[in-house]
Amino acid sequence: MIGTLLNSTSLLLASEFAEESANASNFPMIPALIITPLIGAIIIALIPRSRSDLYKQIAVITSVITGAFSIAMLVAFNTRDSGYQFVIDQPWISDLGISLHFGVDGISLFLVVLTGVIFPIALLGAKVDHDPKPYYGWLMVLMAASMGVFSSLDLVLFFAFFELVLVPMYFLIGLWGHSNRVYAATKFFLYTMLGSAFMLVGLVSLAVLNARAMGGPITFDLVEIAKNQAISVTAGRWIFCAFAVAFAVKVPLFPLHTWLPDAHTEAPTAGSVILAAVMLKLGTYGFIRFGLDLFPEASHWAAPVMMTLGVIGIIYGAVCATMQKDLKRLVAYSSIAHLGFIVLGVFAFSVQGLEGSILIMVNHGISTGALFLLVGWIYERRHTRQIAELSGLQKVAPIFAGVFTLVMLSSIGVPGLNGFPGEFLVLLGSFASARWWGVVAVSGVILAALYLLWAYQRVFHGPVTEPNKGFRELRLTEGLVIAPLLVLIVFLGLYPKPMLDRIEPSVERLLAHVDAEVDGFELREVKFVAPLPGEVEAGHTEAGKTEAGHTEGKP
Amino acid sequence: MIARIVQDSPVQTLAAEAASGTPEIIWSAIAPNLILMLGGVLLLTVVSLLRGKSPSWFPAVWTVVTASLALIALFPLWARVQDEGAQTVMAGAVGLDGFSLFVTGIICLSVIMGALLLEGYVRREGLEGAEWYVLLLLSASGGVTMASANDLIVMFIGLEILSVAAYVLTAMHSKRISSQEAGLKYFVLGAFASAFLLYGIALTYGATGSTNLVRIQRFLSDTVITQNGLLLAGFAFMLVGFGFKIGAAPFHTWAPDVYQGAPSPVTAYMASGIKAAGFAGLLRVFVVTFGPTYGADWRPMVYALAVLSLLVGSFMAIVQTNVKRMLAYSSISHAGFILVAVEASSTQGTSAALFYLLAYTFMVTGSFAIVTIMGRTGDGTHALDDYRGLGRARPGLALIFTVFLLAQAGVPFTAGFLSKFYVINSVVAEGQYALAVIAMVSAVVAAFLYLRVVVAMYFSEDPAAELMESRIKVPVGASIALVIAVVGTLWLGIVPGAVTNVANDAVAQLVAFKS
Repeated sequence: MIGTLLNSTSLLLASEFAEESANASNFPMIPALIITPLIGAIIIALIPRSRSDLYKQIAVITSVITGAFSIAMLVAFNTRDSGYQFVIDQPWISDLGISLHFGVDGISLFLVVLTGVIFPIALLGAKVDHDPKPYYGWLMVLMAASMGVFSSLDLVLFFAFFELVLVPMYFLIGLWGHSNRVYAATKFFLYTMLGSAFMLVGLVSLAVLNARAMGGPITFDLVEIAKNQAISVTAGRWIFCAFAVAFAVKVPLFPLHTWLPDAHTEAPTAGSVILAAVMLKLGTYGFIRFGLDLFPEASHWAAPVMMTLGVIGIIYGAVCATMQKDLKRLVAYSSIAHLGFIVLGVFAFSVQGLEGSILIMVNHGISTGALFLLVGWIYERRHTRQIAELSGLQKVAPIFAGVFTLVMLSSIGVPGLNGFPGEFLVLLGSFASARWWGVVAVSGVILAALYLLWAYQRVFHGPVTEPNKGFRELRLTEGLVIAPLLVLIVFLGLYPKPMLDRIEPSVERLLAHVDAEVDGFELREVKFVAPLPGEVEAGHTEAGKTEAGHTEGKP
Repeated sequence: MIARIVQDSPVQTLAAEAASGTPEIIWSAIAPNLILMLGGVLLLTVVSLLRGKSPSWFPAVWTVVTASLALIALFPLWARVQDEGAQTVMAGAVGLDGFSLFVTGIICLSVIMGALLLEGYVRREGLEGAEWYVLLLLSASGGVTMASANDLIVMFIGLEILSVAAYVLTAMHSKRISSQEAGLKYFVLGAFASAFLLYGIALTYGATGSTNLVRIQRFLSDTVITQNGLLLAGFAFMLVGFGFKIGAAPFHTWAPDVYQGAPSPVTAYMASGIKAAGFAGLLRVFVVTFGPTYGADWRPMVYALAVLSLLVGSFMAIVQTNVKRMLAYSSISHAGFILVAVEASSTQGTSAALFYLLAYTFMVTGSFAIVTIMGRTGDGTHALDDYRGLGRARPGLALIFTVFLLAQAGVPFTAGFLSKFYVINSVVAEGQYALAVIAMVSAVVAAFLYLRVVVAMYFSEDPAAELMESRIKVPVGASIALVIAVVGTLWLGIVPGAVTNVANDAVAQLVAFKS
């Protein structure tokens, strides 16, 4: 029923938008994305506890409608337009120049769609054992806030959503998490809030200095401030650092990462899926939208440090993941490694690097979200996440093992699956502009294979020990829930071109902006470094395909 | 940046009035204050005449109606101020301006909240009587006097009316020894602080030759004092006096004990109304009067007070185990935040402080409404452990308390976020980046305190046994207060535009603060 609903709604909307694609912004698409889940939350809050069976249905229906809106947006998105689309701009606090300014471009589009797709899956895929009312209510609030954060084009509005996501996540971890949940929830909240404290001061300073330099009234409009580039170099660097702290905590970058393993491990399954798929992208998205766009000079200045931290994250995350005894913690550490790749790509300042970063953002959301879902199902069956207590699951649950294999391979970045194009592009981009960082980062790819394959071997191979004999095979419902992710894993691995087509104009616009603002900036493309060590190109035959598809897409 | 003094109206009318001998009294200009004071006196009379025959809800309703009338009386005055500009009345002793009207509104609001909470409280505690409400109204009248005073002596009188009533209110719970103790403590230390303030006023008078704020400001901008030691000592002493009233570190030591010992509804009034009056005095004396000329001298003092209050408030709060004490320390850290806006010493800072005071009134009276309800008979169950499992036992109450706590922590789309934002905005506009960072970081530390309460309410495994057994009663008055507070907290956070404009207009029409 829900599937048909999704289909009919999206088709309906798609056809509507096809008709009026010229002025697609007639329908307030982004407000709809934010308000729909909020309406769901309010309905859930109003339903009495005696009808507790309705909570999940309402949550699923509203999240599916929101997801359908996001897909309709994807359909209506104008591929050739590099600027913001579906723009809404209404004053909010007019005397301070704060407005309800929303819009998406190729960079944020897929994060919005990812949010729209992941939430219904997380809702359907994870069970809740107590207090369903607040659980579904908070999840809906979280969805609204996530949609808001990816589509805000006003600094204060962005900050408000950026902080707001903490509250539902805090309750999700604290109320439905595992044994050490209160510690993890509090740590998560305070860490992020500490980072945001600096960002708030930074963004106010930016607006004040911008208004002073321009001589106009104060404004917090992202587009406006990014265009002006009016503040001094020193001020820009200081304010960038204030923003960077907030985003580095969210990413998380080494050494501000310690909240992540706790939060991800203690969170309930739906919470982990959303944390990994959506929340973690806030930091890297912030770096692109509010780092590179607002402070091109300062970002370029800080690039070596950021790339170094990114590479440290790749290696550190991988090494830590290898040593974990807890399967969920292992996946959590693997996120640190993936996010390191994203940061490396962002600060490599090349088209390939940035495109690759955005690809990883989405694909990491898909694969790691799926991994957390699978680990959650293992926990539901066996009530343990300890690798040592699991053994030989492949023999008792071959389909489950097969699904796990596919997802795991996608997370490793095997060519042909969705993890690969992004990592490859990031490495390509960083080889072009920052070769040595790229060289070290490549080892992360190998380490990823090491920790995931080793974990797979211990959990799924080996003798079937007594407690694992009754391990239940993948249920049909579970299979249906995870199926969209599996389809995306294969499709986006084989054919990432539709995504790249939409991302590329925005990325090129962003880098042109950097190019115009930074003295002595030289945009290094792969074509400028033809004598790249042969083994990189030759070693990845699949890479050629992806790359070929990619270049074809260029206008 | 800050305006020069108004050359024309106030001083001239002042001179004219002084010449004619008896100043002309424009009663309508002090209508809100008169309503509060007469309401208190009349209530006392009526209840005495009825000799206990009045229903128990009567004084509470009377107080709410009186404070609401005072609120309504603000509107014509507001329109007048916006049309004709700020003016002084009563021979220049009282300022009729947007600022005083805004603060009067806050005080009236906190009286309404206090009375709503008291209604159920005194019944529960078996302490019915009109004295509570009479004292509340008189104290508020003192607060309004203080907020609108344009003369240091009038300000001092207002402060004393405000404080003496508050001392008695603190000690009014005759069945709790801690209430008496708190009353005595508050009285002794408060008297001490008043003496400091008075001494500071005397020194300022010695240095400037006047107690009238407009005259002082004019004198200071016209004259360069070569030996300003007297004046600076006056600043320091007055700052001690105000610092005590607003509960700023290092003059905060009374606050935790008094907040904890005082009857919970009185604490609610203390944290909102008295604090607003104290800040009104501080802003008018320092920012408005001394700001343009001696900002460089007093701003570092306020800087130090702000930083100390922020740090002491947030760090001491997180180690408390009593919810009332926690809220007391958190109120110290909020005072630090408002002091940051005072330190900015600008029109923007003043309007940020006004917005903050209004927002804080909603958040803190709401929080103490919950505390009042949770205190149960005896007003004694305020330990953090007593809140364990509230989320399960009374989800509604717990959710509302969570809203207030998160708002105080500064979560977006609540009043707390925007009030912090305005403060940071005003201080950054003055180039005080370090202060802004200190304020925000200490807000994160304070957030831990609010989370501790949330953890106790929602995440604890073993709910307080007593909570499950005893039925918590929410009296009608308290539930109205809760609704007002929740609506206010969310309204200021989501559609703040109207209130922000009012706060800006209020500061724009400030005696001797016009540009």
